[in-house]
Amino acid sequence: LVFTEEDKYGLYSNLLFKYFLAEGVVCGHDLFVASAKEHPDNILKELPAPLLDDTYRNEQGEEAPAVKSEDFQDSMKIAWRYQNLPKVEASPTTSTKFGHYYDVSKTMSPELFQSIKWHSFYLPEELSLQPKMKTHNMNSAYSRLLQSIQRIIYQEGFDGSDPQKKLKNILRIGIQSLGSMLWGDDICSSDTPEYIHSLTKFLYVLRGLLRKSLSACIITVPAHLIQNKAIMERVTNLSDMVVGLESFIGSERETNPLYKDYHGLVHVQQIPRLNSLICDVSDTKDLAFRLKRKLFTIERLHLPPDLSDTVSRTSKQDLAESAKLLSSGCGAMAIGKKHLDF
Amino acid sequence: QGKFTLLRDTRTDGSFLVHHFLSFYLRAGCKVCFVALLQSFSHYNIVAQKLGVSLTAAKERGQLVFLEGLKSCLDLLFGEEEKQSGQPSPLQFISESASDLKALFDFVRTSLTPASSDSWKGPVLLVDDLSVLLSLGATPVAVLDFIHYCRVTVCYQLKGNIVVLVHSNEDSEDEENELIVNSLCHHSDLILWVEGLATGFCKDVHGQIKIIRRVSLELTAEQDLVQIYQYKIQDKNVTFFARGLSAAVL
Repeated sequence: LVFTEEDKYGLYSNLLFKYFLAEGVVCGHDLFVASAKEHPDNILKELPAPLLDDTYRNEQGEEAPAVKSEDFQDSMKIAWRYQNLPKVEASPTTSTKFGHYYDVSKTMSPELFQSIKWHSFYLPEELSLQPKMKTHNMNSAYSRLLQSIQRIIYQEGFDGSDPQKKLKNILRIGIQSLGSMLWGDDICSSDTPEYIHSLTKFLYVLRGLLRKSLSACIITVPAHLIQNKAIMERVTNLSDMVVGLESFIGSERETNPLYKDYHGLVHVQQIPRLNSLICDVSDTKDLAFRLKRKLFTIERLHLPPDLSDTVSRTSKQDLAESAKLLSSGCGAMAIGKKHLDF
Repeated sequence: QGKFTLLRDTRTDGSFLVHHFLSFYLRAGCKVCFVALLQSFSHYNIVAQKLGVSLTAAKERGQLVFLEGLKSCLDLLFGEEEKQSGQPSPLQFISESASDLKALFDFVRTSLTPASSDSWKGPVLLVDDLSVLLSLGATPVAVLDFIHYCRVTVCYQLKGNIVVLVHSNEDSEDEENELIVNSLCHHSDLILWVEGLATGFCKDVHGQIKIIRRVSLELTAEQDLVQIYQYKIQDKNVTFFARGLSAAVL
């Protein structure tokens, strides 16, 4: 369960959200997109186009079965997919290459969608369909979303309950702007909300659903709007991975010369510790991102050389580092990357 | 016997202690009731296998009673109506409006009360982790009541042990959680407090652990014994060392 704290204007978190979904399309996973503010059809139309050249295309044919064979286990979570640093461009082996490049300036062509199945949940539509529902002491929008996810998981056989369905695929779930007022939740608007437990209960049940099935989920939340910080702490506890995006737009950091190459910071607040005692912690925790014309990059934050008379500071050059794969049987989760291109 | 151990973590993840206690008590031959609210059974099973204990085998021979919180919550919310006719779900406080944890306590009590055919040494209750109950809608008073009832039954009547994990932060804004943690600290016989290093993140030292033996509870006018070590977690093991003496430094 990947929990993303949105940046103030939601620009970059939206981008990450779309990358997650695009990766799903390219890998042939099923998608489930839920949103209260944009219709999922529109979201899907704006997914970035993958960069495929000949070498990738050859690898993809071989890679797809390799990826699927790793997936034959229940309760699997794929939190993140990173792209290997392309220093060894000549012959990437299947074990160290996962994920794809994406070109942000182009949108994905509709043919790619045809091979996958996708499901959508658009709150204004759902509310008009079924007026009555059991709510279990939870916000009714969240309740409906859970029912919908559970129904898809059960019907499409992601939870292994139906032995007839042999095709094992992964369901990628993306939920946008959870906790905002559009979902009927008032944690963003008041200090003592009425349904203070709705979001946390929702996350707990979602976690249960994810553990029980072959699915992975990314959620974006406007964390800066949530007044009650206790909720954020509980939510961090309930998620596997928490990433916060802080963009420099409109803040004083935009003009700070230290940050002039970057558009924002990435705060990795929690990484998954699944199926083992330890988690794979990277060497550094200072990550920053920037949006170039075509690529969205996450890099280790390095400071530009300090050319003043005071203390000289060396800029940390990041070079290729070998991917550290977690031996959790979950497929790919290389967290120890320095240069992460999408 | 009859001890209440509190595992507390701040700024880091103390779940390695839970795995340790689980395999420790299972190897010692105790009957364990594990209320696992945060992770799935297979997660604990895989880690326990690395530590040398098989949870599935322990479950089969009746030594381990495992409540998988995530699964029972799903059964409660999405299960069909026929299942409800049996025993009430231990987590039914999630969907009921009354926020008391009596059903959970009944579950613990029935699983740890020894049957005549049992030959296990003392019962043990293990909870991972208590802070989740607050997220699910229980009030702090209900959680404290639950712990109190468990203590009376497990520690005093059945002469067993209890080990509970809670999260806490120093400048936390979660007052309900802090209330529970402070209250439990006062009642514990042994506190294992795991903290991330105050100086920040380090690759070789994952954190420090403070062991507080509450000798002052025994009315002998002695102070609590506090010991502090640092630790590093490896794949199958955790190494402890005195502060400042990690292998990377020596």
